[in-house]
Amino acid sequence: MSDTAGNVSHLEHHFSDVEQQRESAKLGVWLFLLTEILLFGGLFCFYSVYRAWNPDIFHNAHQYLNVYLGALNTIVLITSSVTMALAIRSMQLDRKRNTLILLGATLFLASMFLVIKYFEYSHKIHLGQLPGKYYTFTGVEGTNPHIFFSVYFLMTGLHGIHVMAGMGLIGWLMVKTQRNRFSSEYYTPIEMTGLYWHLVDLIWIFLFPLFYLIG
Amino acid sequence: MAEHKVKVYSTKTCPWCHKVKDFLNEKKGWKSWFLTFDHKRIGLLYFYSISTAFILGGIFAIGLRLELFSPERVFMGAEMYNQFFTLHGAIMIFLFIIPSIPAALGNFVMPLMIGAKDVAFPRLNLASWYIYIFGACFAVYAIVSGGVDTGWTFYSPYSVKTSTHVIPMVFGVFVLGFSSILTGLNFIVTIHKLRAPGMTWFKMPLFVWSLYATAILQVLATPILAITLLLLIVERTAGIGIFDPAMGGDPVLFQHFFWFYSHPAVYIMILPGMGIISEVISAMCHKKIFGYKAIAFSSLGIAFMSFLVWGHHMFLSGQSEYSSMVFAFLTFFVGIPSGIKIFNWLATMYRGSIDLRAPMLYVLSFLFLFSIGGLTGIFLGALSVDIHLHDTYFIVAHFHYVMVGGTVMAILAGIHYWWPKMWGRMYSEFWARICAILIFVGFNMTFFTQFILGNHGMPRRYYTYPDLYQGLHGFSSVGSLVMALGFVIMGVYLVHAVFKGKPAGSNPWLALTFEWQMTSPPPTGNFDKVPDAVNGPYDYDKIEAKNV
Repeated sequence: MSDTAGNVSHLEHHFSDVEQQRESAKLGVWLFLLTEILLFGGLFCFYSVYRAWNPDIFHNAHQYLNVYLGALNTIVLITSSVTMALAIRSMQLDRKRNTLILLGATLFLASMFLVIKYFEYSHKIHLGQLPGKYYTFTGVEGTNPHIFFSVYFLMTGLHGIHVMAGMGLIGWLMVKTQRNRFSSEYYTPIEMTGLYWHLVDLIWIFLFPLFYLIG
Repeated sequence: MAEHKVKVYSTKTCPWCHKVKDFLNEKKGWKSWFLTFDHKRIGLLYFYSISTAFILGGIFAIGLRLELFSPERVFMGAEMYNQFFTLHGAIMIFLFIIPSIPAALGNFVMPLMIGAKDVAFPRLNLASWYIYIFGACFAVYAIVSGGVDTGWTFYSPYSVKTSTHVIPMVFGVFVLGFSSILTGLNFIVTIHKLRAPGMTWFKMPLFVWSLYATAILQVLATPILAITLLLLIVERTAGIGIFDPAMGGDPVLFQHFFWFYSHPAVYIMILPGMGIISEVISAMCHKKIFGYKAIAFSSLGIAFMSFLVWGHHMFLSGQSEYSSMVFAFLTFFVGIPSGIKIFNWLATMYRGSIDLRAPMLYVLSFLFLFSIGGLTGIFLGALSVDIHLHDTYFIVAHFHYVMVGGTVMAILAGIHYWWPKMWGRMYSEFWARICAILIFVGFNMTFFTQFILGNHGMPRRYYTYPDLYQGLHGFSSVGSLVMALGFVIMGVYLVHAVFKGKPAGSNPWLALTFEWQMTSPPPTGNFDKVPDAVNGPYDYDKIEAKNV
């Protein structure tokens, strides 16, 4: 594959033109995002069932989550979505340096999200607010208060794994951008990673009120 | 019956044999196979894999039937028997039947049928095969390290408590799910974006329509299985109690989640088979398919309805009777699109010049057996009847009539139909017919008996039974051996055909779909010049095909 921008070296043999290739990639990524929504959809369904059965426990237990840290994390992720979108725009305008800076900012914000999450998790582990049989905390009233923390750790944990996967993808994009693989002619991978990143962001936007703001 | 004259070239007179480069001989060496992006080679890799899985699952099945020859212990005890039926079910479903038609035959044929050079994402296609193998390794590890005894449904709370190796098996199935999702995703994009110019949606062969409906199910349903199995793994390792009533959880919730995937999965198994039947019946009757649009839309109708009937697996699991009534009603509905297909196929045969070669024999088996399987499904969807028949051999017989009588017959029809395209060589028609008859007879001996056993109250998943059932059980076991004999002979003549078969020519069935308008085996790049889709895929009244 040639490194020069502007030619069609990125066109694979089985596509008839660049447009067809780009459209295919786009449809593929949207379908993939659909499977992600369904994957989380299962957990959202679990959340609904258990909250409907145990409204008091959910209410009592959610008070042990730190709303400020949650809100801060929401702001961090939304900002990272903005920088991601701007990175795509920069590449459309052939501004390689800008793209690199914006991708770097996205990566930084994503790691900041995980650092904040780390402090939240370690506090809960310290207090014994853990899922299932590891639950040792005594402050929450009602039977089986561990259910709230089971659902909390499952959902935020799976989301955290997705954040990490996104960070890997963004890092890979930065390497590719540095090597001049993208241009205003061809920036599909950046755009597709952007779509994924917005979904990760969006899932958190649902998780935040469902866990932190149910008072 | 009018036999079509098929001109068969001998190796000496065939001008292009062993000269034309095709996808089989263009590149050599193991790397050219294991690192290939060619959909045809990946299709064959899948074909070898699912055949291995089928043999493995078949060995477990024969083991079960041999044990059931007598109510006494024949060669295994109750625990071993539990592991055998679990492994038979899990292997046949997750390793064989779900990937079988889409990933093996679909991969090979679908891009050819729509005039594409490959699937949309060839790398992803190869990756999904590797993911399949990775998942299969975990399943095999689970077997080697001591097996699993939960049944293929992994119902909690037993799957959480049993000491057998549930985690590697469940993780394997979790991984296999991703393979299935990626194949489905690849197919949807391919069918949307890579059709040849002129190939409008209603000029697509019906096999492509059915693969499209299947792919939708693979993409939409499988993530639910993934999250369910992940929760089961977390439940087993960390004891979070989500399926444990003592800890505020609910085991029935597992069943809801499991069947929300696994009922649509039943249609992932049967829909592509229905597509093969549409192709083969039109080609072998040499007549335009009857009700093209009705068949195409009924595939989508089945896909849609399949998401709304999962509760019929749980009539006796404690769900509310009102839910059960709704699910029973919706279950009757899903019979309608299947019925539409059956009648359209029968109408296609009417006044066609029916060619009773092996693929058509399997199609006839399908029509006969699938109708029985489908109708008994309606019995089981009726609440009052289901309470009598639930968890008996009746249900075992029902789903084997659908899965073996339906899907496997369709796979066999497809394998025999496309074998000459894959290898450029013909199998022995004589032995193919013998085997078709052996399998049909053996199958009915095995499973029709089980309808009767079930109606008499024989429960499934027991390694022993009262003495009065011995006659029927023995007859069923003999039938399974007849069927096994058929499969063994088939393996021999199919492999023989690959090496020693007579050259088949490009189009031995004189069919009109694109894959028959190229040399056999197809060249690596599929098409030098994309054929034009002026005519429909079944316009036998308008054009004449040639075998060159």
